[in-house]
Amino acid sequence: MSMAVSLHDVAVRRRGKSILGPITTDMAGTGFTIILGPNGSGKTTFLKVLHGVERISDGALEWSIPETEARQAQAYVFQSPIMLRRSVAANLAYPLQLEKLGKPAIAKRVSEWAQRIGLSDALDRPATRLSGGEKQKLAIGRALIRQPKVLFLDEPCANLDGRATREIEALLLDANQRGTRIIMSTHNLGQAKRLATDVLFLLNGRIHERGDADVFFAKPSGEESAAFLKGDIVE
Amino acid sequence: MNDIWSGIEAAFWLVITLDADLVDITLRSLQVSLTALIIASAIALPFGTWLAIRRFRFRRAVIATLNALMGLPPVVVGLIVYLLLSRSGPFGVLGLLFTPTAMIIAQVIIITPLIASITHQAMRELWAEYHDLLISLNTSKSQRIATLIWDGRRTLLTAALAGFGRAIGEVGAIMIVGGNIDNATRVLTTAIALETGKGDFALALGLGFVLIALALLVNFAIHALSRTEREGRW
Repeated sequence: MSMAVSLHDVAVRRRGKSILGPITTDMAGTGFTIILGPNGSGKTTFLKVLHGVERISDGALEWSIPETEARQAQAYVFQSPIMLRRSVAANLAYPLQLEKLGKPAIAKRVSEWAQRIGLSDALDRPATRLSGGEKQKLAIGRALIRQPKVLFLDEPCANLDGRATREIEALLLDANQRGTRIIMSTHNLGQAKRLATDVLFLLNGRIHERGDADVFFAKPSGEESAAFLKGDIVE
Repeated sequence: MNDIWSGIEAAFWLVITLDADLVDITLRSLQVSLTALIIASAIALPFGTWLAIRRFRFRRAVIATLNALMGLPPVVVGLIVYLLLSRSGPFGVLGLLFTPTAMIIAQVIIITPLIASITHQAMRELWAEYHDLLISLNTSKSQRIATLIWDGRRTLLTAALAGFGRAIGEVGAIMIVGGNIDNATRVLTTAIALETGKGDFALALGLGFVLIALALLVNFAIHALSRTEREGRW
């Protein structure tokens, strides 16, 4: 079963400054949503609000399933991956240990996922010594190992080279096909076109435009989104 | 200069002949300080970590107090523990005064704030690094504390060693609550104080060298142990 979320007039303000909203929208289905928008448009805040780790100042956010269950069924990958000061294997095992899974089950899932993210040979290496691309792949593997229903990613490929980006995109598409709904922000238009099934364009903390990827990229309805797609600087 | 040489000589012979009194005193020193260290660590490591991750109203005041308590004068701690444990005190019935247990209690009070404060400093940095991930993974409070303690165990070792150093070299409090009774509560530091008072500088110095060697030995041993851990260094 997939889970849906509905936002009603959600707003985030910090020190009297409006950062996000008001936003009213629904997100359902099992698609691959790409969040586009210039720096400071509220992409990260929006993702964190959905994930439930950012306090909202106004409005309401509701998942279609009870909140604790919803939190348990989500995972989040940060722009700069956070590595536990442990081995690669221990990093992968950590979310499963939190769920008190048995040791044999953990070992099996860890080796399976290590293979999927291409780090089978590095299981005993300290995670903090991996390269940038390897770290991000490990972070994605660690996020997916609990088989979340929803995965949030905040510009996971910023600062990564082409090869690492390609590997990560393959991982994400694979996860999406296995039924994980993905909501991801990116700066990279090419990446957005490669991955998105639908697009959400944020500007100044509000949803400026939203629609299917084909339609959005072919015929954006807003002036700003058209300018953004053309590569102009939008503020 | 003569005194120092004869001190070294005395120390040498004390160690070589495994002087019965020396062994007894040394073992008691170790027993008291290591027990105090274990108890204090069991309190201070989780507490310091908890302080690092928990936001509450009087947090700053608690941390400031903790830092101030690092400099707690041992003699005053000794005096207060003495009053609490003496026959007329609230815990007099337990009959703990002038026993190694009383000395352990005093040392726990002295080193717990020190270990907790260093722990808090170290854990605050690690928490800043881990914060987003652990929140995102929906960890419980105890899981967060356990994760931080495990991943920060090497810095915590430093905190524990600082506590041990303070405990093993401490004399004021254990002199008061232990009473420096031969074969019962005499430890290296109180013995040194006694021998110095009696004018037996050679023996006092000998004991002093043994004390320093002991502190070094424990530090080396713990470092060697932690370095050979399977998961490598960070």
